[in-house]
Amino acid sequence: MTSDPAAGNRALLGWVTANTVVVVLSLVPLLWLVSLSFKTPESIGDGRLVPTDPTLANYRGIFTQSLFTRALVNSLGIALISTLLAVGIGGLAAYAIARLRFPGRRALVGLALLIAMFPQISLISPLFNLWRQLGIFDTWIGLIVPYLTFSLPLAIYTLATFFREIPPDLEKAAAMDGATPAQTFVRVIAPLAAPGTVTTAILVFIFCWNDFLFAISLTSTESSRTAPAAIAFFTGASQFAQPIGSIAAAAVVITIPIIVFVLLFQRRIVAGLTSGAVKG
Amino acid sequence: MGWLLCAPAVLVILLVTAYPIGYAVYLSLRRYDLRFPADTAFVGLANYGTVLSSGLWWQALKITMIITVVSVAIEFVLGLALALLMHRTLVGRGLVRTVILIPYGIVTVVAAFGWRFAWTPGTGYLAGLFGDAAPLTSQTWGVAVIILAEVWKTTPFMALLLLAGLALVPEELLRAAQVDGAGAWARLRRVTLPLMKPAILVALLFRTLDGFRIFDDIYVLTAGAHDTRSVSILGYDNLFTALNLGVGSALSVLIFGVVALIAVVFVRGFGTAAPGQETDHR
Repeated sequence: MTSDPAAGNRALLGWVTANTVVVVLSLVPLLWLVSLSFKTPESIGDGRLVPTDPTLANYRGIFTQSLFTRALVNSLGIALISTLLAVGIGGLAAYAIARLRFPGRRALVGLALLIAMFPQISLISPLFNLWRQLGIFDTWIGLIVPYLTFSLPLAIYTLATFFREIPPDLEKAAAMDGATPAQTFVRVIAPLAAPGTVTTAILVFIFCWNDFLFAISLTSTESSRTAPAAIAFFTGASQFAQPIGSIAAAAVVITIPIIVFVLLFQRRIVAGLTSGAVKG
Repeated sequence: MGWLLCAPAVLVILLVTAYPIGYAVYLSLRRYDLRFPADTAFVGLANYGTVLSSGLWWQALKITMIITVVSVAIEFVLGLALALLMHRTLVGRGLVRTVILIPYGIVTVVAAFGWRFAWTPGTGYLAGLFGDAAPLTSQTWGVAVIILAEVWKTTPFMALLLLAGLALVPEELLRAAQVDGAGAWARLRRVTLPLMKPAILVALLFRTLDGFRIFDDIYVLTAGAHDTRSVSILGYDNLFTALNLGVGSALSVLIFGVVALIAVVFVRGFGTAAPGQETDHR
């Protein structure tokens, strides 16, 4: 805390430099993919960040392939359904954890945390076999079920934090006016929890959209393969002609919506991400 | 009433995790090769013997541990620096907070492709940096690039967790320490870090267990070639190329065991807030 203006300027310069470094490091890997996606096969190896002859051919290419368009539909459908289910089922549990005292409540929170850290690879062998026996291998439901499971802890944690912020007096007032617990939940709690619900939904959606391990292990065809898995299976004309342009274009397509979401809901996402973790 | 509301969530969670793990234990005790599905039999611990006596398992465990320890250590230092930057910066706080969410929001596979192209001679801007012709074709450089990809992707998450912890440090204490003549470094080490300890331990536990699961980055960057397999990659390969469900299940159980062990060490050894404790003092 000095009042020397030169030192103040130096400090300011230091912060600006540090901030710039962070911004550049965060953006460059993504910008490189964007750049590759606009390059022609001839210029893809030129090492320039700004393409010399930008082209949309890569984008046209992937959108005429059912491999990618179908995967996009799968990704969207599976992630949306999983998100709805996780927010619904998680919301009930979160409400109970935030508001009601009942035996085993702590154990439940512990269980949720354990699941959040569960090694997913341990489930691949048994689920692969179980899903084949149940006939849900390579179907939407075969992916929705594990996504729901692994996003429930996240949903419960985030929602419980938001529920706690709603003053309990509101419910007491509603009860005094003769509302049943169900009515209280629908009329009083749910509207107030809407922002938290949106945040939770975004976090869960990102989780499902991001998954790769389940997506390549529990699917085998276009009927349920999601976009990240499809991109990994893009193949070129030969082993040596990797479809770099197509991969880059597809990567940009599945990244941009998430980034837009994240930037729009920036504040809420930060609140949601850190809600469960640091109250120790 | 409480249980009734939680029942659906608990049911789904147990059906998809506890039951399959039990089933994996059962499968791991049987001979079950998908190429000969009719020939299954109880073989005791033979599958575990196969895994534990193979160099592949120990190699993968070693690589996984190296990647986890090194990347979590780097993430902690960078994350703390980033958290302090966001906490203290005079300019552009909102911009930094927004931009660091990009690595978090990006699909891991996409980021990994970005790094793969960057480090591949011909398509990349980084490949020639250290004079090595193709970094992703050697074990050391391969692992280094994997760690870089992992650090880039998850440092923001670490930083946000630590930032929330920083907010709990009372400003008056820092000022008092400054009046007593403590420099910036001493204030960080003697005041800030001890007060942040619970937040730090939770962040480290989260990231260690998450790092141990590493799969996407390796799959895209090296596909486990040149001895860069993690235990998750080994488990995947074993199921889909070796097609051996018995051995694969033994691997599943062993990985689950290691993860449980790490969690126990954190909670018992370092006194990380055990799951379930933190809800009580709100």
